[in-house]
Amino acid sequence: MQITRRGFLTMTGAVGGGVALSSLGLNLNPTRAYADELGKMDRIKIAKQVTTICCYCSVGCGLVCSVDKATGKIFNIEGDADHPINEGSLCAKGAGFFDLTEANKHRLTKVLYRKPYGTEWEEKDWDFALSRIARLVKDTRDKNFIKRNDKGELVNRCEAIGHYGSSNIDNEECWLVSVKSRALGLVYIDHQARV
Amino acid sequence: MTNHYCDLKNADVILIMGSNAAEHHPIAFKWILRAKEKGATIIHVDPRYTRTSARCDFHVPLRSGTDIAFLGGMINYIIENKKYFKDYVLNYTNASFIVGEDYYFKDGLFSGYDAKKRKYDKATWVLEKDGSGIPKRDMSLTHPRSVFQMMKKHYSRYTLDKVSSITGVSKENLLKVYEIYASTGVPDKAGTECYALGWTHHTTGSQNIRTMSIIQLLLGNMGIAGGGINALRGEPNVQGSTDHCILYGNLPGYLKMLPASLDTMEKYLHKYTPESKDPQSANYYSNYPKFFVSFLKSLWEEKATKENEFGYSWLPKMEDGKHYSTMHMFDAMYAGKVKGFFCIGADPAVSTPNSNKVRKALQNLDWLVGENIFNNETYEFWRGPGIDPTKNKTECFLLPAAATMEKEGSQSNSGRWVQWKYKAAEAPGDAIPVGEIEIKIMAAVKKLYEKEGGPNAEAIVNLKWDYLDSKGHFDVIKVAKRINGVFLEDTVIEDKAKKTKTEFKKGQLVPGFGNLQADGKTACGNWIISGSYTADGINKMQARGKEDPTGLGLFPNWSFAWPVNRRILYNRASCDVNGKPYNPKRKLLEWTGDKWVGDVPDGPWPPQADKQKGKYPFIMQKDGLGALFGPGMAEGPFPEHYEPLEGPLEKNPLSSQRMNPAAEIFKSDMDKVANASEKFPYVCTTYSCTEHWCTGALTRWQAWLLEMQPELYVEIGDELAKEKGIKNGERIKVSSIRGEAPCIAMVTKRFKPFHVEGKTVHQVGMPFNYGWLFPKDSTSDSTNMLTPTVGDANTFCPEYKAFMVNVEKL
Repeated sequence: MQITRRGFLTMTGAVGGGVALSSLGLNLNPTRAYADELGKMDRIKIAKQVTTICCYCSVGCGLVCSVDKATGKIFNIEGDADHPINEGSLCAKGAGFFDLTEANKHRLTKVLYRKPYGTEWEEKDWDFALSRIARLVKDTRDKNFIKRNDKGELVNRCEAIGHYGSSNIDNEECWLVSVKSRALGLVYIDHQARV
Repeated sequence: MTNHYCDLKNADVILIMGSNAAEHHPIAFKWILRAKEKGATIIHVDPRYTRTSARCDFHVPLRSGTDIAFLGGMINYIIENKKYFKDYVLNYTNASFIVGEDYYFKDGLFSGYDAKKRKYDKATWVLEKDGSGIPKRDMSLTHPRSVFQMMKKHYSRYTLDKVSSITGVSKENLLKVYEIYASTGVPDKAGTECYALGWTHHTTGSQNIRTMSIIQLLLGNMGIAGGGINALRGEPNVQGSTDHCILYGNLPGYLKMLPASLDTMEKYLHKYTPESKDPQSANYYSNYPKFFVSFLKSLWEEKATKENEFGYSWLPKMEDGKHYSTMHMFDAMYAGKVKGFFCIGADPAVSTPNSNKVRKALQNLDWLVGENIFNNETYEFWRGPGIDPTKNKTECFLLPAAATMEKEGSQSNSGRWVQWKYKAAEAPGDAIPVGEIEIKIMAAVKKLYEKEGGPNAEAIVNLKWDYLDSKGHFDVIKVAKRINGVFLEDTVIEDKAKKTKTEFKKGQLVPGFGNLQADGKTACGNWIISGSYTADGINKMQARGKEDPTGLGLFPNWSFAWPVNRRILYNRASCDVNGKPYNPKRKLLEWTGDKWVGDVPDGPWPPQADKQKGKYPFIMQKDGLGALFGPGMAEGPFPEHYEPLEGPLEKNPLSSQRMNPAAEIFKSDMDKVANASEKFPYVCTTYSCTEHWCTGALTRWQAWLLEMQPELYVEIGDELAKEKGIKNGERIKVSSIRGEAPCIAMVTKRFKPFHVEGKTVHQVGMPFNYGWLFPKDSTSDSTNMLTPTVGDANTFCPEYKAFMVNVEKL
């Protein structure tokens, strides 16, 4: 029995899926494999398609993330064929983009804290981290703040806190970093553009 | 990039020098190959034969750190053989300007040098002006002190013999490159240059690029399709992060950071607002006060008033003459002066030169805050090699961040395309976007200052910081609109030339930076990005039209390109003084008698033949013309060859100044140097690979990529390997005076020895993508254990591309 793609779709539609097919008394293993593949294709077809831009070099290639509408999870990422620069193609890193999603088991998912002289990270919540960091920033800034320099000029700066990064965050985030560090009076402000 | 990636296809000759585009910018290389398919000649000049070399028409090896000698020789060739584009040089550059009488160049030094400070007093690097303050010109280019004649004299020393002896490039190869590249000095040919870290990572990095800029001006290649100077930058939003100036010396939009000596805004604006008496110079930076005041208003809005100079005194002021770059930051941290450290999306324990010093410096911190999607060697320095965690006091936080596809926002590529990205999924666990982390940290700090007060608390408590939405999450659209700019009051803008008056309402977005005001009526977070959100609330960064009306691949309706959606900078220079395109076959722009048609022009004014209303094309330059003579540079107005901090030669073959006389020398006990040393006889350079990105801090955590490039190696030419008895695949040791890096030997034919000043010089190369933390079983660590703390005199970009090492069998 030859099963064409179109015929197969009609049949599965009629009998309500692969399980019922076995009642026809056929060896369904090859068909199942075909159905699995088809499942993936259909999954991409019915997925929510969301575009993004590559996060490695600065060419700015476009990618399309396929998101499962039921789970909200990304299950596939590939080059955007409509993008005028990469026209769908990607380098080795871009092609592996999916491995940056939560599918990568090394992703950080918890606030981690290492106390002075500690030998391990401990998991904490955001409230702890934000209030503790704010306290450290204020104490360090206030203690080391330079109101006037040796010449008596008003300088309002803090040289005791350094700020580094990043060229791997979005523009709106960069602007916030730039503004935050200036409002704090920091001067040791730099990032990867320098290196 | 002055141009953009798709534009590379329009070139007739492409010089790839300081880049391995095929491996590090593979998709950019696709556009280079498109040019080649159409008949362009592609040249690769690089110490090593790479996959870029393999796909080019030919490869020319040169010794690391000798690019200015190579390019200086090309300037000499172009001038001596009259290959320059005379019409362009006369009308669009400062070749005809007259250099001041007191300027001189002698034995490697320019006038005004202070050896003690390693710094120049630039008072004599000036161009003469007539009685009405307009630069004097000699259109015959024969005046002995004309920029053209001075430049000719300067580069007459860069003879083929001299350049060949310095660079290790044969005279035949030099001539071959010079002839082919100089062939673009005609109206209907375009030549472009692609560089990357291979040019910036030198003590002479900025001048490497400036030397090429001089060549591009001489050949009329600036401002044209298929021309320009094109930095293939290495990080996804390094253009944007630079535009927003997460940099010590600048505020968003490249506004100058404040030095302590300029204690009032009036003095500050006077110093940084350039003045030109020439009615034909647009001198666009005369609008500087509008950009600066609008930036201050974006920070403090109604709290920034005329009376308090819009909060000028609240901004930090740098010590005059002091620098605060990455290397300075770690130097101060090493000295125990930096106590707290924010490290966002970065791994400086691997990426900063002299990693041993950096890792010692980190141990001096009281606290460290990391924000990232993966852990790395910086965040976990306290249990790095040789460090006992129980003896380290640092309190550390590692905050989980959303990955790029888990958040919405814009990213700018090297071609200045500001492209919007959308959120595809929620970030896992407790991870949130860096923007949200930053807002929440600052909000918590702000709360403390509101309650407790503190020094200069006004800067913090008055800060407009309402960028969370009603659900308490990052409102990226609100920030994007703030960056674009907004009217803070009902404003009427009068255009006297067009005799129009336009009314804008309070709260309306500004249409572009031309509408910004110096009186506090507008707030704008970054003037160069202004126009990315229209007054009607349309986000142009989201634009995805693929129309290509010029056929040149400008794609004007795809995203937003700054400034004002201009795709090729200085584009008015693609036309003659009457506004007719030099190359009608690649028509970028044309003056039709009342307007410019094509790309968004560099200003609406008529071409410069119109002596009343016309303007010169280089509108961001005070004098309106391309600067062959560039007095803004730290080490001289004409680029000069100097040897790297560490090299194989005891002397500079061109002068008595061995290394860049204006480069800062770091003096801690860990900053050791070994020039021309028998112990470290081989030149080393560093680079990346296709499968890893930068420190590998994102890519080493990915099994597919790590499997392809698992650990650190050193690439050695087969002649040196034979001499040292080293076999391919063998574990060996590479060392410099600063540290060691055990790694695998990769013996290839891709490095050949150079013949320099009568001796044989071997060069080796190493990737910089590794650290100790991951993979777990690896014995690799950072290549920067070897590199010196020294950098470019203008930018402080470290010299990763030329230093001295030894290679030994274990």
